[in-house]
Amino acid sequence: MFFSDKHAGMGELADTLAEDAYTEGRSLWRDARRRFMGHRAAVASLLVLVLLLLFSAFGQFLSPWDNESIDWASLPNLDEDGVPSLASQHYFGLDPIGRDLYQRTVQGSRISLMVGVLGALTAVVIGTLYGAISGYVGGRTDAIMMRTLEVLSAFPFMFLVIVLMAVFGRNVLLIFVAIGAVSWLNMARIVRGQTLSLKRKEYIEAAMSVGVHPLLIVLRHIVPNVLGVVIVYATLLVPEMILFESFISFLGLGVSEPYTSWGALISEGADAMWTAPWTLIFPMLMLVLTLFCFNFLGDGLRDALDPKDR
Amino acid sequence: MSEQQRLLAVENLQVTFDIMPRNAWPWTRPQPLKAVNNVSFTLNEGETLGIVGESGCGKSTLARAIMGMVPSQAGKVVWLGENLRGLSLKQLRKRRQRLQMVFQDPLASLSPRMTVGDIIAEPLRTHYPDIKGAELREKVDAIMDRVGLHPHQKNRYPHEFSGGQCQRVGIARALILEPKLIICDEPVSALDVSVQAQVINLLKNLQRDMGLSLIFIAHDLSVVKHISDRVMVLYLGNVAENATRAELFANPRHPYTQALMAAVPIPDPERERAKPPVELEGDLPSPMNPPSGCVFRTRCPLATEYCGKEIPVLEDKTGAGHWVACHYVEREEKLN
Ligand SMILES: Nc1ncnc2c1ncn2[C@@H]1O[C@H](COP(=O)(O)OP(=O)(O)OP(=O)(O)O)[C@@H](O)[C@H]1O
Ligand code: SF4
Ligand SMILES: [Mg+2]
Repeated sequence: MFFSDKHAGMGELADTLAEDAYTEGRSLWRDARRRFMGHRAAVASLLVLVLLLLFSAFGQFLSPWDNESIDWASLPNLDEDGVPSLASQHYFGLDPIGRDLYQRTVQGSRISLMVGVLGALTAVVIGTLYGAISGYVGGRTDAIMMRTLEVLSAFPFMFLVIVLMAVFGRNVLLIFVAIGAVSWLNMARIVRGQTLSLKRKEYIEAAMSVGVHPLLIVLRHIVPNVLGVVIVYATLLVPEMILFESFISFLGLGVSEPYTSWGALISEGADAMWTAPWTLIFPMLMLVLTLFCFNFLGDGLRDALDPKDR
Repeated sequence: MSEQQRLLAVENLQVTFDIMPRNAWPWTRPQPLKAVNNVSFTLNEGETLGIVGESGCGKSTLARAIMGMVPSQAGKVVWLGENLRGLSLKQLRKRRQRLQMVFQDPLASLSPRMTVGDIIAEPLRTHYPDIKGAELREKVDAIMDRVGLHPHQKNRYPHEFSGGQCQRVGIARALILEPKLIICDEPVSALDVSVQAQVINLLKNLQRDMGLSLIFIAHDLSVVKHISDRVMVLYLGNVAENATRAELFANPRHPYTQALMAAVPIPDPERERAKPPVELEGDLPSPMNPPSGCVFRTRCPLATEYCGKEIPVLEDKTGAGHWVACHYVEREEKLN
């Protein structure tokens, strides 16, 4: 088999990859950083995303309220007392049952961003390696790996989630497991397709003729060249994962009260949008902002990783 | 001449690709395509073998089969006394240290996301992981200098170079492991004529200085003329003729070689006009469905009925190493 020989163990592989950037600091990565810094929309987006991250991590300290207690004083007259206001320190107003929306948004951001980023990260790492290896090795291995993938994607996924919930109880961690399990499937397919076309390129043949270990060919020559596609798709995956989580939550299988997420907040807000529009507007703004930022970030990263882009 | 070391001997090598007919059912038998058929030749240390043939006659496939990058179905590839066919991938990768390749498309053979320094260093890193840092850099600089590149260009990416420079990078990569043999698969076909000469001269000098052997693949004779010791002419996966350069150009025997010679313009109008009018007619037959008997017979001006029945064997017609595969080339008594 292709990977059975012990010439390069994993530790050695890692060393070799780290050594790649020996030439006086000009490496793909350093260059990429320089080009990325030139991409203003991407840099601004990155900044906004960092702020969002800080907001979700430390935003709760800016308000005296918390995310589960009900503001009994304002409850009788929500339409007027629940309006966002600095005076009452309900910056985002109150939700339909009188809880502080600001605190709930902070806490929801934490869950949603984590779900989105972790889902996309799993997809990138597992999907890219799985797809690249399957496409590169080809033949029977490819057939087996792809059939496995098809079986996994044909699996009734909600069923899996429900079974997991039934066995382990309702648990935020399970959402991550579930999302991790599906997010990489499409990524693997995309990367495999790209790899199949790259495999015929002469530089892959050149690496073979030099005697490079097949796993290193995948890591050094295939992966960097599919990275552009991978990154764009990953940035599209982040919002998709966030929406996916809200779908699970909507069915009552995801986060449970008092915890919430953007998806859950938006669906609550949509019900109350005629009487209390702010319950929809704030979480939605967050989601839209994130979506935009990830798109620009993706464009910037793709361009940055292409040396032909000056 | 003193006894030179035998570097490579290819014996009756055969490469067949299984081609699925279009719109075929999954259970239809794939059709065999004989890309390389019964090819034999030998190569000594320090020698250059030119391989010539039309596009699609199996030159690249032959090169890949020698390297072990496509599976071959029969025959032997004896490298330094050891048959490479049947070795595991791991064993092959080790042998490739002394057996390198230069490719046809200079830019496409360089990884677009690696600096040329990294590209040139890759073979060293692969086979000598202990060479690092300053020592590695020194070796890369030295080899870049040797092939006519400025070492300070090593931080650039391939697309920032011209075709000729890219090919120099490719040569540097092949050279850095100090191989015994470099297989150059049409290394100059993609280059401008003026640059072609530079690259060929570079290869020639390197060969002289480092005692390299070369297999130099080209699709016309004029390129091969300047660099080869021996020339082998391929037609549809078969060897038509194999002789020393002087013999072949002075005395081409196979009708196909003669036709190829006729296609090479002579830079003298008198002699150009006086050339024998041997012209190739028709197209290259499909290798999926080669003619019976002699594969060249559909285009051969001398073909007879007999040529369609018997396959001509490759024979040393003079006893002095002039191999020809044609029924109608007379056997000659060995001079002296
Ligand atoms: N991987 C492959 N699968 C199927 N057929 C192939 C494959 N590689 C080559 N062939 C076929 O084998 C024959 C010889 O191809 P090859 O590339 O060796 O020709 P070539 O002499 O190098 O031509 P060129 O001068 O155009 O490079 C062709 O008919 C080609 O279609
Ligand atoms: S064997 Fe016949 S067909 Fe073939 S080259 Fe000789 S004369 Fe022509
Ligand atoms: Mg070729």
